[in-house]
Amino acid sequence: MCLAVPGELLEVDNVDALPMGRVSFGGVVKEICLAYTPEAKTGDYVLAHAGFAISILDKCEATQRMEAFTADDPSGGQT
Amino acid sequence: MKFVDEYRDPGQARRLAAAIAETATQPWTLMEVCGGQTHAIMKFGIDQLLPKDVTLLHGPGCPVCVTPALAIDQAIALAEQNDVVLCTFGDMIRVPGSGQSLSTAKARGGDVRIVYSPLDALALAEATPNKEIVFFAIGFETTAPTTAMAAFEAQRRSVQNFSLLVSHVRVPPALDALLTTEGPKIDAFLAAGHVCAIMGLSEYEPICARHGVPIVATGFEPVDILEGVLMCVRQLEADRAEVENQYARAVRHKGNGAAQELISAVFEVADQEWRGIGELAASGLRLRETFRAYNAAKKFALAPVADVRSETPCISGDVLRGVKRPNDCPAFGKACSPERPLGATMVSSEGACAAYYRYARKNIPA
Repeated sequence: MCLAVPGELLEVDNVDALPMGRVSFGGVVKEICLAYTPEAKTGDYVLAHAGFAISILDKCEATQRMEAFTADDPSGGQT
Repeated sequence: MKFVDEYRDPGQARRLAAAIAETATQPWTLMEVCGGQTHAIMKFGIDQLLPKDVTLLHGPGCPVCVTPALAIDQAIALAEQNDVVLCTFGDMIRVPGSGQSLSTAKARGGDVRIVYSPLDALALAEATPNKEIVFFAIGFETTAPTTAMAAFEAQRRSVQNFSLLVSHVRVPPALDALLTTEGPKIDAFLAAGHVCAIMGLSEYEPICARHGVPIVATGFEPVDILEGVLMCVRQLEADRAEVENQYARAVRHKGNGAAQELISAVFEVADQEWRGIGELAASGLRLRETFRAYNAAKKFALAPVADVRSETPCISGDVLRGVKRPNDCPAFGKACSPERPLGATMVSSEGACAAYYRYARKNIPA
């Protein structure tokens, strides 16, 4: 129920005065309401729940954290 | 980065599990709050990666499971009215109320429909002006803004034939209750990342301070959950109790301001009954008076339905509080299965019993 799925925002549009976007979830495209992430732009990854984007995923934060993981690992992430 | 595969990497998972084993010097019991996390733990065998001193308890974060039977009975009563179309999320359809479920109401001729979003129910209302469309709105703070938007848009567009049967719940009062009432010892919480994406972290700080229990906002993939466990264990071993954020790619400290604003505009905090747990103060959301016209309970003058529950061996209340595990139940996998569920925890895709059953973990020692 509280599951939210990450997807790539392909296109932004307005429908009935609501900001909407076409979001691709691994190739499956759905119309998602962007009212709670009005700053989302094409190419962003959003977390979608019950037809709404609830957060824009922070690529920078995610990449830094992944790099920190790999740096902690003596094998350099090759295992 | 596509934000999925990176967090399912077996090498990362093993390294985190090794770090947890290295850090833990004594037994610790952590509770994952969200049923989505419970399913990931069972699906990916995360509990089996952990050292035996670190135990995960499954929490009450399955909204379908905690929706009161009487609310389901009211939804059934509405679905059985001739002019009503009852819409809700797919998870809700097969959950038994006091007696029947919405799927039995549908089989008897009631118009029950599954929607992906509350806005789909609103669109149906606009397309079907000769019917009353009722959306049975359940869920935690993650889902509340989606219902709030449906109510707000219905009012803005003056849609008259749309209303909401609301049974929304809030996580923080439940965590407080789990730490206050008699039950299993919980040393730390993995908080539900998507609830935190909406509400932020500040609501957890008083709970953390009052009970001295670390709370880590955690995501839903295996690497997320293991990192959340590691962050909890590091705090416990260092005798710290703070609110931390494992899921920083999605969770901002203040949460989602626009969503919080609309939740407050549409709902007010109210006491709420949790199935299997009881009434918890300030743990629910109800429509404000300004949205009275969209309150299905008032619109249809719904009376409380008599509780006709029969004797059942189901222990789902204890499972939701972490007191018992699904396989402690005498009915588990026998009289109770996802096909013939006795309790909500066996129905929902987030219920702990369904997770144990689905991932064939029938023999996990309790």
